[in-house]
Amino acid sequence: MGRSHRAATPRVGLISVSASSLIDFTQVELAEVSRHYGRRRALARTSLTFRAGEIVGLFGPNGAGKSTMLSVIATMVRPTSGTVTYGGATAKSLGDPLRGRIGVLGHDLFLYGDLTARENLEFFGRLYSVDRLGERVEAALAAARLTERANDRVSAFSRGLRQRLALERALLHSPRLVLLDEPFTGLDDESTALLTARLRQLRDSGAIVLMATHDFENADDLIDRMICLRDGRVREVPDARGNLRVRYRQAMAEAWS
Amino acid sequence: MNVLRAAWWIARKDLIVEARSRELAYTTLFFAVSCVLVFAFAYIQDGRSLDFGPAEPVANSVMPISVTDAAAGILWVAVAFSGTLALGRAFERERQSETLRALLLAPTERAAIYIGKLASMLVLMFGVELVLVPIIGLFFDAPVGRAPLLLAGLLVAGTVGFAAVGTLFAAMLIRAQSRDVLLPVLLYPITVPVIIAGVRGTAAIFGAEPNLEAATAWMSMLVFFDAVFVTLALWTFAPVMSE
Repeated sequence: MGRSHRAATPRVGLISVSASSLIDFTQVELAEVSRHYGRRRALARTSLTFRAGEIVGLFGPNGAGKSTMLSVIATMVRPTSGTVTYGGATAKSLGDPLRGRIGVLGHDLFLYGDLTARENLEFFGRLYSVDRLGERVEAALAAARLTERANDRVSAFSRGLRQRLALERALLHSPRLVLLDEPFTGLDDESTALLTARLRQLRDSGAIVLMATHDFENADDLIDRMICLRDGRVREVPDARGNLRVRYRQAMAEAWS
Repeated sequence: MNVLRAAWWIARKDLIVEARSRELAYTTLFFAVSCVLVFAFAYIQDGRSLDFGPAEPVANSVMPISVTDAAAGILWVAVAFSGTLALGRAFERERQSETLRALLLAPTERAAIYIGKLASMLVLMFGVELVLVPIIGLFFDAPVGRAPLLLAGLLVAGTVGFAAVGTLFAAMLIRAQSRDVLLPVLLYPITVPVIIAGVRGTAAIFGAEPNLEAATAWMSMLVFFDAVFVTLALWTFAPVMSE
């Protein structure tokens, strides 16, 4: 597992993002959070704390509740019970600007196929009121290694290229909290290395990174903390040496045998 | 972020996407023109518009029907039907790659999404009406140039009211499996007052004895409906889209 990095004074992005910068938080806390869809329990009385400067891996079988947890934290889905606080304040009290401090890379990539890579970034940058947008967009395109294809429509991109662009779209506004759902899907070795480097960079800048994944190999050297989910219930796996996949299997067997 | 500014960026994005794909423009326009042509086959014979009145009142009918009266109805039927087609697709594009979630995650008021979508729909529907009105004038001898500003006012006010409700319902139905069927079922009963006011106002202009005062009164009623529908839609959009 990667080194545990706790930034004492988390640094917001290199370039400010106007009004949303006013909302800053160094931890996100879930207290007894449950989420039910009808009779199905997606999250059950989950209590967790995520701190600035760490990458947390969410692991579990399909339908375990990983995506629901990310959606609840992203303010997309309201918990059935319990509270989520961002630096001690609830999403309701923080209002719309809170969403300006959250970056989400979903399993679906949130990109418009009929717009070019640059237009996609510019559109979302404007919605997030990103300062010095042109400069930020060029930097994002360079980070995704898409500068030469900046004016190509996204519908012509491979899954890997779209994934790289989607990551930069999610990070364009320098979020404090980054939520990633299966970020390694469709990436080749080069893109995976790029993503890994980008996530480390985010951790070093003091962001909170939550990543739901099934990719143990790539997560092994990256995450600081491992959380397992199954049937909406959570088990935090203590930090230890050893292969991540083996530890995951052990944790699942111990917790739900 | 300013709601109107965010709405502008959303509408602009929709229009750029539409300008490239032209999917909605072509299908909506084709449907609207086809609709008018079908009526034209019924009302045109030997290259001339059929005149059903007003000389001989039809038994048991309230008033005689003239081709120009029918033209007002045909215009609004084409606007409503083609508009429904466009509205059904208003949020469909946002389902692809789940971009609606991205819009909802942006730090803007949800109203901006509604206003942006409504604005882009209005541009599209106005474009279709620009083509429809001359065709109606051509096929049905409708005097579309008699009070052009009033006619434009009626069409704008009627289209705003229709699209205001339609955009809200299209958003509400985005996760519904049978949304294509449900949209007209929900939309038409609510927008009947808009359609009636639009038809009566337009008929007052097109009629053999034009009544521009009546047309103005119908337009005022449409503006009232617009205010009510847009206010209610803005009020309900955020809760509708919250999950």
